[in-house]
Amino acid sequence: MNELSQTLTQPSVASAGWFDFAKRHRAILASIFVLVFPLVMPFTALAVNILIYGLFAVGFNLLFGYLGLLSFGHAALFGTGAYLCGIAIVHFGWSWYAAIVMGILGGAVMAAGIGALAIRTRGIYFAMVTMALSQCVFYLFYQAVDWTGGENGLRGINVRTIDILGLKLDFINPLTRYYVIAAFVILALFVLSRILASPFGAVIEAVRENEARARASGYDVTRTRLITFILSGAFCGLAGALMALHLSIVPIEILHIETSGMVVMMSLLGGMGTFFGPFVGAAVFLLLENLVSIWTVHWQLIVGAVFVVCVLFFPAGIWGTILKRINK
Amino acid sequence: MAKKTTGSNSISRRRLLTTASAGAVLAASPFRINLLQAQEATIKVGFPVPLTGPYGTEAQDQVRAAEVAIAEFNEGGGLNGRKAELLVRDDKLNPGEAATRTLELIEKEKVNFIVGSLSASVQLAVNNVTKERGIIYNSISQSDEINEIKDFSKYTFHEALTPHLTAGAVGRYAFPKFGKKVAFLTADYAYGHEMVRGFQAAGKTLGVETLADIRHPLGTTDFSALLPRIQALKPDILIINNFGRDQQIALKQATDFGMKKSMKLVAPILLYTGRLAAGAQAFEGVIGGTSYYWGIEDKVASAKAFNDRFRKMHGGKVPSDYGALGYAGVKTLLMGAKAAGTLDTDKVIAAVEALKYDYYKGPEYYRKCDHQAVQSVLIIESKSKPEKGESDVFNVVATEEPSEQNLRTCEALGHKS
Amino acid sequence: MSGLSFDLIALQLFTGLALGAIYVLFAIGLSLIFGMLTVVNFAHGAFYMVGAYVGLFLLSLGGNFWLCLVAVPLIVGTSGLIVERFLIRPLYGRGIDYPLLLTFGLSYVMVELIRIAFGKSGYPFDTPEILQGAVNIGVGYFPLYRLFVIGIAAVVLLGLWLFLERTSFGLIIRAGARDPQIVRVLGVNVSRVWLFVFGIGSGIAGLAGLLAAPLQGVIPEMGATILAEAFVVTVVGGMGSIGGAVIAGLLVGVVVSMTSLFAPEMAKVSIFALMAIVLLIRPQGFFGRAGLMS
Repeated sequence: MNELSQTLTQPSVASAGWFDFAKRHRAILASIFVLVFPLVMPFTALAVNILIYGLFAVGFNLLFGYLGLLSFGHAALFGTGAYLCGIAIVHFGWSWYAAIVMGILGGAVMAAGIGALAIRTRGIYFAMVTMALSQCVFYLFYQAVDWTGGENGLRGINVRTIDILGLKLDFINPLTRYYVIAAFVILALFVLSRILASPFGAVIEAVRENEARARASGYDVTRTRLITFILSGAFCGLAGALMALHLSIVPIEILHIETSGMVVMMSLLGGMGTFFGPFVGAAVFLLLENLVSIWTVHWQLIVGAVFVVCVLFFPAGIWGTILKRINK
Repeated sequence: MAKKTTGSNSISRRRLLTTASAGAVLAASPFRINLLQAQEATIKVGFPVPLTGPYGTEAQDQVRAAEVAIAEFNEGGGLNGRKAELLVRDDKLNPGEAATRTLELIEKEKVNFIVGSLSASVQLAVNNVTKERGIIYNSISQSDEINEIKDFSKYTFHEALTPHLTAGAVGRYAFPKFGKKVAFLTADYAYGHEMVRGFQAAGKTLGVETLADIRHPLGTTDFSALLPRIQALKPDILIINNFGRDQQIALKQATDFGMKKSMKLVAPILLYTGRLAAGAQAFEGVIGGTSYYWGIEDKVASAKAFNDRFRKMHGGKVPSDYGALGYAGVKTLLMGAKAAGTLDTDKVIAAVEALKYDYYKGPEYYRKCDHQAVQSVLIIESKSKPEKGESDVFNVVATEEPSEQNLRTCEALGHKS
Repeated sequence: MSGLSFDLIALQLFTGLALGAIYVLFAIGLSLIFGMLTVVNFAHGAFYMVGAYVGLFLLSLGGNFWLCLVAVPLIVGTSGLIVERFLIRPLYGRGIDYPLLLTFGLSYVMVELIRIAFGKSGYPFDTPEILQGAVNIGVGYFPLYRLFVIGIAAVVLLGLWLFLERTSFGLIIRAGARDPQIVRVLGVNVSRVWLFVFGIGSGIAGLAGLLAAPLQGVIPEMGATILAEAFVVTVVGGMGSIGGAVIAGLLVGVVVSMTSLFAPEMAKVSIFALMAIVLLIRPQGFFGRAGLMS
């Protein structure tokens, strides 16, 4: 990481030119990156996980990074999306695209519910309320064994082919599965970037920067928070739905506090409040976990230590630090 | 614990290019797997087990035992000279991680078989992935659901006991001996519910009366709130239907409350490793079931051979119950392949179905309809003090011989008879 | 429901108090640290777990349980001092989320270090000989060791109360919790006070872990469960309020044991539901000060 930031910080004309080039053609660069990505990863399923957790972290970051609300209950939104997508396919035999829509709606509705209760509290209390409510959601799905499989998880989300515009794609094939899921993730990122660039995005920022001033300017702060929470839920719900399709199961663990904690770690590692930061964080987190667990079962030690170092010395996160150096 | 595979993360440029071109050209080709699977390659057995997390000790023992099976197969000449290799992965006791690792094993490592898991939810997740891709999977942990038509596929084998069988065997031993008034303390999830059903099914013909079935959440660390209530019911037998650490704590606290004085404590499964971790005091006198205990080696020749081989390979240790299942799970598939003389999936399945084997605990075979291993259940009692070394923790008080009658019927599982 | 009598309910109440005593010890440390440092310590569960393991280690060296009761809080407290001094102090002034995130990562590290040192599976922890068995408390037999836990918790609370109310250092702590800036203006070295508060908090957590060990045995993950439950206690009682932590700790213990009696499968949900309700009706908790967090 150090090496990388050093090469990027050299204030030479060349690197500035490189940066300008990258900025101008970021859509193309991002597309090339997404195309090549699965080939440089240890295995394709991991690349898919990175995409999905990346999207989950981006959705989380909308609330944490852009609005400044630290939620410790985002597992509830991710999990609801996954479960509703899975239930739509397993119990109702819906087609895959309808199931994805169901997942998005599920995440959004769950966010509306949790948000309506939690949005009134602030700071540490917000983290605690979201954690408690997501714990209640966990037990809700846990107890609904007939629908969710309870402790054993939901199985049988078996989608063999994906048909888009008459094209039949083999969803069992790892690379095809990757590219289909990548298409959804890219679409979601595009939508999110439009939202952030819209007037509503400006309101979000105004609320984070100075709540009192935003209120004085006539913005409805509570409503902004709630809408942002719901949007965040929709993105996390989509991520959950994609996870259900990818793994063909939904484990109850998806609703654990640990999942909430993991997305917090990913966002912070990558850099909260930056657009791609959470994505970078998810990639680093999962790769680190994968690489370290190849040579030791004590991977949590390394992952935890890296996280502690990051909090202490790189509070802007990896991506945030890189951006800062470049923009200097 | 080093993984049994080399270079899984070092991606050479050549490999990158191969993958890239193969990916581009063959992305939609159904022949891809066959093309990359050279005839001379080793037989790969994927082995996802929870190396990290609360059952890490058991998982490591499963790996050790599976290594014994691999070594024996290779020494026996393999499959026409083709050797087998074990690819261990850490599923972290998490079904999502297990599904991801299974995808890796199938899509990247192109494994021939998958054996493993140590929880009901994880094995169901692995099974869902393998059956979609036509890979044979042998599950080595307990579950009733994996045999049901909803989850079962012809690629699914189940070497472990089922809760129905274990609880039934323990019940058939305990009810006539200790009394008919029974209270249950049950972990509130599928495993616990399945165990209760198993006991009640066995108890029905014996006139057993259930005084209460008290449910507790998974991962309970304090049972003291529940125990006085059970004491007040004055049962003959208290059956503790939970697993691992929950079981250790429940037995310890029941001992502290002095409950062993007034009733017999019974658990469907007593874990060898669990007993070692919790100490003799809490487990003393508790009756339970198990698939395997090393102490049967005095009577069973195959157990003696297996234990000796295990001791030789692993510094004098004896295999645990779940460890031994790792051995049997890998061994049956490899021997099936050997009998079939090929790795062709359908032929291997037919050969494994036809196996009548005695690898480590006496005669076994897989029932045709659900691929459940029909096997004996050992009834054991925990000793107050080890007499012959640290590993001497249980007495085998009875053995229920293998019989399909003790399993759930094929019809009850939803299979056509 | 059969077998439900006054005696049983009374017994259950005692059980709840013993359970609550552990919660209280755990939560006062959490609350003390939050009240002073505004740090939500996610590593508190790890200190609790380390306490149990240090006890285990001392016993294996030939120490006895009574020695552990003194040594464990001192050792764990010292490790708390080190953590505050070198890891948390650099984060003051950076916003409330950072110490939270740091301790979250730290708990991973601590749990894994213990796994490396002691292995992944747990250990039995025998109840000290003299405290084994049950005594008749009028409504039925109750394990002696649990009475002892209630007693120790009471002693620690009394000691802490005397320390905070009767010593000048305690006075500074209380003042610091109210308004650290004023205290600093008065020339008090606040950072040293914070250091000791963190040490005391972790020390008590270690003691709680030691006391819980004979009840549950010892395992690296033992801190994770109680942490989530202790958050409930501190939030219900009011973050930063020691009195609140005591009352809420006992309340949660009793709620758990009573729901265990009537609807065991609801025992886990009940406390989180309790927390959600309290937060919605009285967001600052029973004894918390309104506006502390805004």
